[in-house]
Amino acid sequence: MTDDRKGAAAGASGGTPARRASPSGAAGGTPAPKLALEGIEKSFGALKANDGVTFAVAAGTVHSILGENGAGKSTLMNILYGLYQPDSGRILIDGREVRITDPRAALEHGIGMVHQHFMLVPTLTVVENVVLGMKGQGLRLPVREHAARLAELSASFGFDIDPHEPVAQLPIGKQQRVEILKLLYNNADILILDEPTSVLTPTETEPFFDVLRRLKASGKTILFITHKLEEVMAIADTVTVMQLGRVKTTVRTADTNPVKLAREMVGRDVIFQVRRTAHATGDTMLEIDRVSAASDRGLPALDAVSLSVRAGEVFGIAGVDGNGQRELAEVIAGLQPVTAGTIRVGGVDINTASVSERAHDLGIAYVPEDRHRDGLVLSHSVAQNMMLRSYNRPPFARYGFHDAGAIRRHAETLVKAYDIRLQSIDQEIRYLSGGNQQKVILARELEGSPRVVVAAQATKGLDVGAIEFVQKQILEQRDRGVAVLYISTELEHLMDIADRIGVMFRGRLTGVMRIEEATSESLGLLMAGVEAA
Amino acid sequence: MAQVVRLLFALKSVWAVLAALVCGSFLIMLAGSDPIAAYTALFHGAFVDYWGFAATLVKTCPLLLAGLAVVLPLRAGLFNIGGEGQIYIGALFATIVALYVPELPGPIHIALASIAGAIGGALWALLPAILKAYQRINEIIVTLLMNFVALHFVSFVVSGPMMEEGAPYPYSPEIPLGLFLPHILPRTDAHLGVVIAVVFALILYVVFRRGVAGYTLSTVGENPHAARYAGMSVERHIIVSFLVAGAFAGLAGTFEVLGHRYRLFHAFSQGYGYDGIVVAFLANLNPLFAIVSALFLAGLRSGANVMQRAVGVQVTVVEAIQGLVIIFVAISLAFRYRAGAVGQFLARRAAVEAALDKPGGDGAALDKPGAGGAAP
Amino acid sequence: MIDILFDLRLLTDFLSTSLRLSVPLVFAAIGGVLSERSGVFNISLEGMILAGAFGAAVGAFFLNDPFGGLLIGILFGMAAGVVLAGMGVSLGVNQIVAGIAINLFVLGITAFLSRIVFGAQANTLQLPGFRAFSLPVLSAIPIVGPVLFGQDLLVYVMFASVLAVHMFLYWTPWGLAVRAVGENPAAADSAGISVNTVRYACVIAGGAFAGMGGCYLVLSQVFLFSEHMSAGKGFIALAAVILGRWTPGGAMLACLLFGFFDALQLRLQFTYQEIPHEFFVMLPYVISILALVGLVGKPQPPAAVGRHYRREAK
Repeated sequence: MTDDRKGAAAGASGGTPARRASPSGAAGGTPAPKLALEGIEKSFGALKANDGVTFAVAAGTVHSILGENGAGKSTLMNILYGLYQPDSGRILIDGREVRITDPRAALEHGIGMVHQHFMLVPTLTVVENVVLGMKGQGLRLPVREHAARLAELSASFGFDIDPHEPVAQLPIGKQQRVEILKLLYNNADILILDEPTSVLTPTETEPFFDVLRRLKASGKTILFITHKLEEVMAIADTVTVMQLGRVKTTVRTADTNPVKLAREMVGRDVIFQVRRTAHATGDTMLEIDRVSAASDRGLPALDAVSLSVRAGEVFGIAGVDGNGQRELAEVIAGLQPVTAGTIRVGGVDINTASVSERAHDLGIAYVPEDRHRDGLVLSHSVAQNMMLRSYNRPPFARYGFHDAGAIRRHAETLVKAYDIRLQSIDQEIRYLSGGNQQKVILARELEGSPRVVVAAQATKGLDVGAIEFVQKQILEQRDRGVAVLYISTELEHLMDIADRIGVMFRGRLTGVMRIEEATSESLGLLMAGVEAA
Repeated sequence: MAQVVRLLFALKSVWAVLAALVCGSFLIMLAGSDPIAAYTALFHGAFVDYWGFAATLVKTCPLLLAGLAVVLPLRAGLFNIGGEGQIYIGALFATIVALYVPELPGPIHIALASIAGAIGGALWALLPAILKAYQRINEIIVTLLMNFVALHFVSFVVSGPMMEEGAPYPYSPEIPLGLFLPHILPRTDAHLGVVIAVVFALILYVVFRRGVAGYTLSTVGENPHAARYAGMSVERHIIVSFLVAGAFAGLAGTFEVLGHRYRLFHAFSQGYGYDGIVVAFLANLNPLFAIVSALFLAGLRSGANVMQRAVGVQVTVVEAIQGLVIIFVAISLAFRYRAGAVGQFLARRAAVEAALDKPGGDGAALDKPGAGGAAP
Repeated sequence: MIDILFDLRLLTDFLSTSLRLSVPLVFAAIGGVLSERSGVFNISLEGMILAGAFGAAVGAFFLNDPFGGLLIGILFGMAAGVVLAGMGVSLGVNQIVAGIAINLFVLGITAFLSRIVFGAQANTLQLPGFRAFSLPVLSAIPIVGPVLFGQDLLVYVMFASVLAVHMFLYWTPWGLAVRAVGENPAAADSAGISVNTVRYACVIAGGAFAGMGGCYLVLSQVFLFSEHMSAGKGFIALAAVILGRWTPGGAMLACLLFGFFDALQLRLQFTYQEIPHEFFVMLPYVISILALVGLVGKPQPPAAVGRHYRREAK
């Protein structure tokens, strides 16, 4: 059975990158873990991405790193892979401390990584991609020899890959195997996989797990990053849960269950009180009727989702990121077309309405998940961003020209009303804090007396004060009779202010219930894809 | 102290120009002349002397219009390198209207020819625009190729169907007197075209600063996703900005014919289209500054002739100095890479291309393997 | 017109001219292929040709030897490449602006310096150059013989260069690195390849090849240097790169096509003035555009061409 030890074996010193050394360890003692991290710290400016991360992984096991977006998992993996250097802390391989200065060095230590966005050159063939950058090749690249060896390796793991095929023609699942082959061919024994199933369909997942099992059987050590609880339970031997840059726990999957993991992953101390009073709700304002949609990449994202939100009600959508929440918000806002089903606002089918019509004529307010990408133009001023959605309408625009005075007055009013901290409304909005940027978006969206508010991850990346502000705004809208669809990965926040709640998992909406009936355990299970007990 | 440094930094383009002039003075000395005398002759001949300044104005017209043809689409992250071809086709259309439409009252006929020229240039820009907006085909390559086609097509027309009887080399018949653009400086060649060009530059400046269009172009260029969220159509902006740019370049060609040469000559544009790119970058993509940079470039060229006559230094040294000016200015602008026009342009361009990938905006929904490091 | 097909001497002459007109284009196009394959848009081929031509003239003049000219010409071409790479790769200056700047500068400086160096005799120089010679036996083959095997040294160097660059790109590990850098620099970077080093090398080598194109103009064609003698060949070479789908062999064929139509329109101009020769000059460009649109196959430029690469955070 695998042993799960924290801390590294003593005796490692110096930083010479060693080739795969045999495990050091006193005779009769347990061998050093294959990989150990001690006190890894990494900050990007004010953001502390990794805060004293420490755990160890035994050889020949599958170890999962579990956490939501922003937990610090990817930063950690990039450190292991040599793309970033840690501010402090140690990395030990087979008990010996190593310094990983760049990806080539990582590979020399036997660490290889498969990124979420594949690092493949589409116009080159499989074998060309695999041997890219290999040293000591001589004048003429012995493609045929490499191809033959690659085919052997591929067959030994049951991959079905033709070395001479251009990568662009391979389906995603096969491309992923090429990435893995690349690492195996370069003698990696620690494989890091970053959200590997995010590009696979559900049917491709099990064959992928088979691959992992075979790799494990041949002695490889696998680290895989994920936020999907059921995968962790299915394939990992051990798991480290991270949240906000810290390790919350490291356990064997045999000793835990999804509920506990879910709680570690999303649980937070409740640090503020937001008052929610029960009141009567009005008519159904927002209706999602068996809506299906695809993601940006063309993969199915929403699967016959149905829900309805009444006026004066907050409908919370829980779920780990990447289960279709973004697409749900986007189809309502009009940024993503539906492939099936209807959306009705106030009883009116809005499928043919443009983004602009939905915002102004139908009264749909949208607070996007990725505020930098979708909600703001960072190099524009605060004042300009304030009028982004209404740039074409009076009082801002008349006869094709902007009324600078009106734009400024509008911005000044809102800045005061929402207490937005800034130097001047003319400064570029990129310099505002996340919380203040979000206030700008809220101010802009909420001022038009909307009937429906869709807020996607509205508290993401915000500090406590800003979070409280956002929650208050949402409640205020609710009390005014607006139908609010509040999507969040923060279960605690949802449970504070939602009237009803549902969980998104793999594009489906499950477990819709009144908030009084919900518990974080039951929701956590649903988030993990486990049917309610 | 910091203020002084900031100011010095802001003037870095000026330092670059000065540095280029200093290097040029070494070249002048190499040719055995006195740089001070040479530069004095140059600048005097370009800006101070009455007829010299008129010659400068004549050259400024096509340079400024060509510059605007580059500046406008760049705000939306698009590179119009096809100014040359648009100039030729614009000139062609204008000449056709001038020669073959029955004589109308002067101003009307001029206006008609000008509109035709603008349409010609716009049409020549339409194809690359459509290809870019809906097929994501690199507009740089398409416009470059179309330059050649335009050049040779016009060459064909003035060597054959439209050639002046008995001409020693290809050119068209002279346009009727009524179509000559009025002169703005008496007894010189300086014509109305430069005034119109300046007016357009000012209009563009105002549109950029205050117009809704200026705002939407900038949004599309800076963040096409946010532009979609705001309800703007990325494709429409691409097409319209290219059409207007083509119209500007078409007018450059038009005014060369109507105001300066009075005929359509084979290969009459000695690279004005490409010079427009230079004008645009020297002006840091600002239409107001474009007036200055076009004047400057035009002055260098027309002053070079004076310099050669006065001091005996060849005009080619000025060509070399121009090259140095651009090199040094481009380098100086690159020193605030992120904030400089160049860095912004690159970022916008990549953003526009990425946005065209999104469904609802045509184009394959491929995931671009980009320079994406993982987010923390 | 058709009589040309039946008069062997005329036909051989025509094909030979056609080939000779293509040679500087091929050299420049190879330079363009290398540069663009690594992701650097090279609009300064024109300037590089001219720099090479001027260098060849200077070298041949002072060293009294065509090989001296060749050496200096290549060096000058490479120097232009260094400037382009420095501006476009290291400083992140827009590659088109950099290329145009280099063109303008080279245009001016070579014209200026040639007057100083060669003085008044510039137009009557007879520089030492490469003369045509016939390879035994092979050149006796009808038509093909004199055309392919009766040329001067640089023509053979041209063919060898095309082959060499092809082998480099497709058979060597460095060529693989180049192709990767031009398509997906992030992938190349993560494989341990230095993107900037590769780009520098390709642009400078590109400058060397384009410079050789200029050397040919001076050392094999006219044996003197005249201002602006590149006459737009650099831009034609760029079109050839596109038509040739960014491959050395394809670019060579495209250049041969351009050369063919050039020879054709020249002949038409002087013997058959009724046929509009410009159409033949336009034809290759129209074909290139149609190709891009996808009507005649669909060539894809290297995906990362023109984009400055910076690794995210370190």
